[in-house]
Amino acid sequence: MSMNNQGRPSAIPAGSAGFDGVTGTVTGNRGLQIEEPLIFEQDSAGRTGVDLPDVPKVATRLGAVKPRAKVGLPGLAEPQVVRHYTRLSQKNYAIDSGFYPLGSCTMKHNPRLNEKMARLPGFSDVHPMQPVSTVQGALELMDQLAYWLKTLTGMAAVTLAPAAGAHGEMCGIMAIRAAHEAKGDSGRTKILVPESAHGTNPATAAACGYSVDAIPATADGRVDLEALKAKLGPDVAGLMLTNPNTCGLFERDIVAIAEAVHAAGAYFYCDGANFNAIVGRVRPADLGIDVMHINLHKTFSTPHGGGGPGSGPVVFAESLAPYIPVPYVTHGRGGFALVENAGEGPAFGRMKAFHGQMGMFVRALSYMLSHGADGLWQASGDAVLNANYVMARLEDVMTASFEGPCMHECLFDDRFLKGTGVTTLDMAKALIDEGFHPMTMYFPLVVHGALLIEPTETESKASLDQFVDALRALAERAKSGDVAYFQAAPRLTPRRRLDETAAARKPVLRWTPPVPAEALAAD
Amino acid sequence: MRYLPLTEADRQSMLEAVRATSVEDLFRDVPKSARLAGPIGGLPNHMGELEVERLLGSLAAKNVPAGSVPSFLGAGAYRHHVPATVDHLVQRGEFLTAYTPYQPEVSQGTLQVLFEFQTQVALLTGMDVANASMYDGATSCAEAVMMANRVTRRKKAILSGGLHPHYRDVTTTDARFIGFEAVALPAAPTGGEDLLALVDDKTSCVVVQNPDVFGHVRDYTDLAAACQAKGALLIVVVTEALSLGLLTPPGDMGADIVAAEGQSFGNALNFGGPYVGLFAVKDKYVRQMPGRLCGETVDADGRRGFVLTLSTREQHIRREKATSNICTNSGLCALAFSIHVSLLGEAGITQLAQLNHAKAVQMADKLAAVPGVQVLNDGFFNEFTVKLPKPAAAVVEELARRRILGGVPVSRLYPGEMEDLLLVAVTETNTDADMDAFAAALTEVLA
Repeated sequence: MSMNNQGRPSAIPAGSAGFDGVTGTVTGNRGLQIEEPLIFEQDSAGRTGVDLPDVPKVATRLGAVKPRAKVGLPGLAEPQVVRHYTRLSQKNYAIDSGFYPLGSCTMKHNPRLNEKMARLPGFSDVHPMQPVSTVQGALELMDQLAYWLKTLTGMAAVTLAPAAGAHGEMCGIMAIRAAHEAKGDSGRTKILVPESAHGTNPATAAACGYSVDAIPATADGRVDLEALKAKLGPDVAGLMLTNPNTCGLFERDIVAIAEAVHAAGAYFYCDGANFNAIVGRVRPADLGIDVMHINLHKTFSTPHGGGGPGSGPVVFAESLAPYIPVPYVTHGRGGFALVENAGEGPAFGRMKAFHGQMGMFVRALSYMLSHGADGLWQASGDAVLNANYVMARLEDVMTASFEGPCMHECLFDDRFLKGTGVTTLDMAKALIDEGFHPMTMYFPLVVHGALLIEPTETESKASLDQFVDALRALAERAKSGDVAYFQAAPRLTPRRRLDETAAARKPVLRWTPPVPAEALAAD
Repeated sequence: MRYLPLTEADRQSMLEAVRATSVEDLFRDVPKSARLAGPIGGLPNHMGELEVERLLGSLAAKNVPAGSVPSFLGAGAYRHHVPATVDHLVQRGEFLTAYTPYQPEVSQGTLQVLFEFQTQVALLTGMDVANASMYDGATSCAEAVMMANRVTRRKKAILSGGLHPHYRDVTTTDARFIGFEAVALPAAPTGGEDLLALVDDKTSCVVVQNPDVFGHVRDYTDLAAACQAKGALLIVVVTEALSLGLLTPPGDMGADIVAAEGQSFGNALNFGGPYVGLFAVKDKYVRQMPGRLCGETVDADGRRGFVLTLSTREQHIRREKATSNICTNSGLCALAFSIHVSLLGEAGITQLAQLNHAKAVQMADKLAAVPGVQVLNDGFFNEFTVKLPKPAAAVVEELARRRILGGVPVSRLYPGEMEDLLLVAVTETNTDADMDAFAAALTEVLA
């Protein structure tokens, strides 16, 4: 077998007489699934996919820096580049192609109107440092989005600066620290975080220099109010809580939780990752929350893009409203203005360059305008109804971790697989062969072998039924003892299970040019 | 509502299946006092596509697109021509609407793109390895400093006065809340800093920018060696990634970490975001890196494939012990970057970088000929600083009235300081006519 320079096979193990041992085809291709080499393996020196004007003949003015000899990029013509990325795209599962019930990720339909709006040259082709007189529409859009977010949450202030949800968490915890510091209260060293929290919560609190204290859950999957009260004291800066929580449940005691947190002189941070369950129906301010980030890429449908870009605006109650980062939009006499330097006001600092994820703001506002108050009411209602429907239809064959009603997602654990030899992971991989993206697995950590399903409101009943029918059949199959079937899944994907242990043990994180044969021989 | 597939009949039958009387009944765990009785007040009801287009179109029309006038703005965001292929490909639903590639069997597209992106970034910066991207250049810079703190187990960063003030502010904000020292030097519009003199046995890193915020290009080879001799790392920030197509890359100068903004490739100006942070390091620091990494491996049939790897550094596994709280990268912007770089290739990137530089040289000469204007830079890439006989902010406003976006006043970045300085950037999108119009208008405004 030929090996590449990283010591990994560069070709597929051969079968008989030139036919590939895996696919049975000559090429290793399988109909619409076409093997695609790395872009670096398609190089021809001098070839390019752009035609540029000639460079004017002037003497370079590079000071003491020398021009570089070479970068090492491959040369391809435009049609090759188009085909490369088109083929790669076909190896991805996506919400456009199918059901994507990743719990706590809110994989809802991404409307193309939003893409069209974000590409209007008046938004996409505007430089962040243009004179404010030439960007009044951009500032007005940010102001409009801020109005919608404040209205939907009932909060007093908002910053649009953070680039993602975790970045919003950082911003919120910084605001809490700034508020305590402003009061001269330096004895608060702890942030309380429930065991069911997203990993970003403890990571954020720790990054901001706080120690993290975990709050246990009750048997019904919610924060243990008495345990929380016992941990509250003058050393606690705040509580970080996701609501609805990551078990898909609404924290029934939330008002009492907020009161207890406030009575202890601490602030109440809500992780807004699951805001889609309640948007347009419940205002977080009415629950006693002081600060919350909102993932525009979840609740407000901006595309996930294979892992970003996100956008994580943060809303603040009156108590924390003075502690926001720059920049923010103000209403001046001559129109909208921008406060963009810390030190010009009470702002605590800056989170990223320029003014936030403008491209995401346009998309989110386009989504909000499309839904309106009535559409958001219906959307959160349908999201919750869909999740409860999935839960009801699976309860008898799988093990729901907690009693319903759930909110926008439903949680199962692996008790139904006990004794079958089939794991949550195997179940997920078998679902892939059925044409579904798996649910979130092994999260939250509070139940064993978690399977967290979030259908969202943009799935039809037919789509839910198809998924449920497949999952029911797989659950039955697992119970019938057909372990081998699950352990070999997935079979029908462009790649089968990948060796993640090998990848981590000896990381190969980039392509490197092949070593010439003569150099190898000289070794 | 066009995005909601459930019919009223569906809802009724589903409510029966879940044994609830109404949708409101499913919200019974929410305290009654916090449940709204109906759609929230103060907001309009739903709109059709046409109405949304009209409304947002009217807001867009209140802005002056940079491409509609001669435009010379830079300062960390650059207007380059993006080939049509880029935007077509990033809008393929399989890229646009996929999540983070946590299920590698059905995410090989995104994963291979990330592996190629990491390689492109490593090649451009001259470094060993790169991650799968950060939020933007400024957050990348702050993360680089925190990584240097981890590597050296020291807690003091020295920030050059040539570092973009937004990058400086993001880093000092993190320093305040996360708990390390960031010594930011005063702005250095003509250079002349003695950074090495500030490096002591508590210094984790020195952060320089190349080209710096005033456009100066420098060779940091000696500084890199001197920092390392004192046990500190050299972090090189790059805000104009296209400069890497022409200049000796930071890796060849001996940089330990490169933190860069990648917007110049494939990404529109977008009023400042979303952009794509680049992050590249020497091999020996890989396990201290923040952010996602994609690595090569094999599947159960022995075929080459890709996975997210070394995730034991990350928050979803390590929680409060993670190297960073970062969760997302800038996936789609990284894809746009990667496609643009692939289209350019070795020949294209070299020519594009040379073109930018040559045009900037021409523009500098034209502006230097305007009475009262002085160019401050000896060496630059596609951006330089000019000294004006009048406050730059007022000049820029006056130019805007003449429908020319004539650069970024330095006082916009440093309030109350250096009011006579103007940053001017030139790219391949500026025609000879644009450059002549700018010089002529500036002559008029200064007369």
